[in-house]
Order: sequence, then C-alpha cells, then structure tokens
Amino acid sequence: MCGIVGLFLKEKKLEGHLGSYLSDMLIEMTERGPDSVGFAIYDQPTIGKQIKCTLLNTLVDSGEELNWDEVRQALKKQFGNDTKFEEKGSHALISVETDTNTLNEWLNENFPHINVNGSGRVIEIYKEKGLPKDVIASFNLQSFTGSHALGHTRMATESAVTTGHSHPFSTGDDICLVHNGSLSNHNRWREKLRKEGIVISTDNDSEVAAAYFNWRLKQGDDLNTALTKALDDLDGFYTFAIGTKDGFAVMRDNIGCKPAVIAETDQWVAMASEFRAIAMLPGVENASIWEPEPGKIYSWHKAA
Amino acid sequence: MKNLDLNNVSLRELNQELQNAQNGAQYVVENSNGKHNIAVGLNKEQSVTINGHVGYYCAGMNQKADITVEGNAGSGLAENMMSGKVHVKGGVSQYCGATAHGGTIIIDGDASARCGISMKGVDIVVRGSVGHMSAFMAQKGRFVICGDAGNALGDSIYEARIYLRGKAQSLGADCIEKEMQDEHRKELAELLKKADITDISVDEFKRYGSARKLYNFSVDNAY
Repeated sequence: MCGIVGLFLKEKKLEGHLGSYLSDMLIEMTERGPDSVGFAIYDQPTIGKQIKCTLLNTLVDSGEELNWDEVRQALKKQFGNDTKFEEKGSHALISVETDTNTLNEWLNENFPHINVNGSGRVIEIYKEKGLPKDVIASFNLQSFTGSHALGHTRMATESAVTTGHSHPFSTGDDICLVHNGSLSNHNRWREKLRKEGIVISTDNDSEVAAAYFNWRLKQGDDLNTALTKALDDLDGFYTFAIGTKDGFAVMRDNIGCKPAVIAETDQWVAMASEFRAIAMLPGVENASIWEPEPGKIYSWHKAA
Repeated sequence: MKNLDLNNVSLRELNQELQNAQNGAQYVVENSNGKHNIAVGLNKEQSVTINGHVGYYCAGMNQKADITVEGNAGSGLAENMMSGKVHVKGGVSQYCGATAHGGTIIIDGDASARCGISMKGVDIVVRGSVGHMSAFMAQKGRFVICGDAGNALGDSIYEARIYLRGKAQSLGADCIEKEMQDEHRKELAELLKKADITDISVDEFKRYGSARKLYNFSVDNAY
C-alpha cells in the first residue's frame, strides 16, 4: 500500500498555494505510507542555458556527514561561478550550465554518493524517509509555489526503506513518476534496461518503471505511446502518475486493482489514492469526481 | 440522538458504542474525514448518520442498522451486509456490496468498479453509473443501475437480476438481456420507490441475467 497524489492548477492565481495544498494532501495519505514521503514540484523554469537539478546526498541513509561544502566548491570549479547552490538538508537545489548526462557522469566520477533526484528546466524533487508530516515540515513544503506537483507516501513492500528507495523517480528531464502497486517482472526489465545504458541505482521495482519510461522516451516515443506500451510490458499492479514539464498523466493497469480517484474543477485537477486526500481542496464540493478506468490514459497540459 | 465526534473518540470507541447500542438508538457521527472501518459490524435496529465522507469498508457486515453517509464512500462499502439499509448521498469506490446477503444499498452518485461483486441476495440501487466488472459472479439479489455500466457487466452471473437503464460498455461471459415481464416491472418499481427515485420510469430499463450456459462443464469453455 502506498499513497499517491497529484495536483494540477489551471488558475495562475492559485500557484502560490501549491505547496500548502500538496502538504495537506500528503499528510492525509500518511496511513497509506508512513515510511517515507517525496514530492516533485514544477515551478519557474531556469533562465539561459542553466538546468535545475535536485541532488540527493545518499550518505543520509548511512548517517554519515554530508559534506556539502566540498561538492559546492567542486561544482563551481567545474561548471563556473554562475552555478547556484542551495542546501536543503540531505538535498541541494542547484542551477548549473551543463546537461543532465554530463552532470551525472561528473558526479559518478567525483561524488558517487550524490544522486540526481530530478533535473530539467522546471522540476524539483525532494524525498526522505520518515513520517510525512515531519519530512514535509523539514523541507517547508507549505512555502513552495508552482503550477503542478506530484507526491508519494510509501509503505514499502518490495525493497528497503531508505531515502534512495523513495518516490518520485526521475524518468528524464522534467519528467517523474510516482507509483502505487508492485511490479512482478522488474528484475528482467532492470537487466534489459541496464544493457540499454539506462542508469538504475536501487533494487526498487518502481525505479524500473521510471527507467522504462525514460528508455521509451529516449527512443522517441511520446508519453502516451510509452504508457500504452507499458500496459503490455510491465506486469503487476499499478497506478502510475507521471509529471511532465507542462502537466501530468494518470494510468491504472488493465485490471484496475490499485485505487485512484480524480477530481476536476475549473480551477484545478487533482488525483489521489483515496478521496480523503482531495476532500480539503477549495471548491471540491462542485468538482466532478470519478475513478479512472483501467488501462486508460488521462492527461492534462497547460494551454500552450 | 447522540453525537459521536471522531475528533474526540477513537474509531474503536465509536464502533464499540455503535455495536453495543440498543434497538431504536440514533447516532450522528461527525468528522469522519475519510477514516476507514466506520460503523462496521452493527447488529441492532438503529440509525447512524455520518456527516461527511468515509474511507474503506464503511458499514461492513451490517445487520439491521440503517446507515446514511452524507458524502462519498471509499472501497468495500457494506461488504457482506446481511440486512438493514446503507444509503450514500455521494459516490462510492470499488466493490460496493461485495458478497452482501441481504438488506438494501442505495447510492445517489456513481459506483466504481466491481459494484455488487459476488452479491448473494442484497438489493443495490445506483442512481448514477457503475464501473467495470460490476455484478461479477452475482448469485442472488437485485441490482438497479439508473446510468450506464462499464465493461463486462454481470460476468459469470448466477441468479441475480440486473436492471440497467443506460448502456453497458460490454456484457460479461454468460450475461444476456432478458425479457421484462410484469413481475420484473413490479419489483423494479418497488426498488425505485425504496430509493425515493420518482423521476424515472420502469419502462426505461432493460433486464439482464444469466444465460445459464456456464452452469455445467462444457469442453467448449476450456481454453
């Protein structure tokens, strides 16, 4: 059992409340996932040639000293003095003039304990083990702004409880995945995807799903095609929510065992594992509310 | 009339109080806020009104009690109900009324997947639509759907009767349309009346049930 939530704001004037809405939704999903919590926020894009990356210091899982200073200095030396570095506990938000691959390779060589949680022009991903309300307070999620967000509360069934095993998982620039369910053929897919050169850092089944979408998108599929192919390729139970730079998509497996409910008003679209995580949103009493059909893709995008 | 506020009493205290009530007792439950397992295992002729939305398994195993939810309900509403009445003013999630033996379930909104799965004698009236695999292996009871039905309605159905006003995306294995006779119109009218539905005529419904082709082994059914 896990809890997943997603919120897409149609009205710009609500964007200042994104973080506070999302924290309420996630805290409501604590009983479905008390082990860890994570969220992806889509806010202002970076300017110029810089990309935005959320780094995760995996030393947090072994309790060692994080030593961010060393990373900060090395980053500036390597990528220039314009590099912005904001430390947030076990995470650091950086803006840097490079691309995700180069950054990943450089980190692997120099700081193998630093993972890139998420990267792109707009996405920020934070996750940590611990009770949702505590983690949310430590990241001060209430203060975040943005146009849309995904979140996840985890009750681990397939692999260990660590920050590295927590959701969301990045699936490429500005794309991320949260998953409620369990996959049964993830070992075979992990092997195959690694041979294809996709980096997978844990034994978590959901990370394999994220890697799968990363691979499909790299091959040139659009998100809808990748999701449709996943229905055949990924075996197991799942509700997926996928965030993209301008919206999000929701899909349940062909049986539709894992729960999901969607509510939509003129102001916002919300999805959650249970209605209780939507019930506190303003205007919910006038929302149209339904449960997504199995094997069908639902998606929302910002108007171009 | 007694008020029970889930901000002040624990779920266990609430259920114990309701389970130990006398016939004729009346309760109002406040601040349900999507909590699971509210008002389960009741067995007295009592009324319980829940002022809000509820989570999983609300009104499970109900006997005799009259339970109203003034909001939406999560998965497993009135699972294995024996008798009594459960009325949800909003919509309900998956497998509402699963294996229920008796009593009446009334849903004012929509019901999602697997509504009435393996129903064994309960009456279910849904004002809106129902999701896929509804009435799967339904054995006995009546199931009224005023809206549409999702895929595979009544798959492997036994002797339950389905009254559908809208369209089914597809019928499940061995589920067929059957003739509406006077006895069916009569029982449908009674069910609509029970649910206070006065603006829909029995003539708008079609009846579905079992073709009884799966009752005996047939080698043609093997894969």
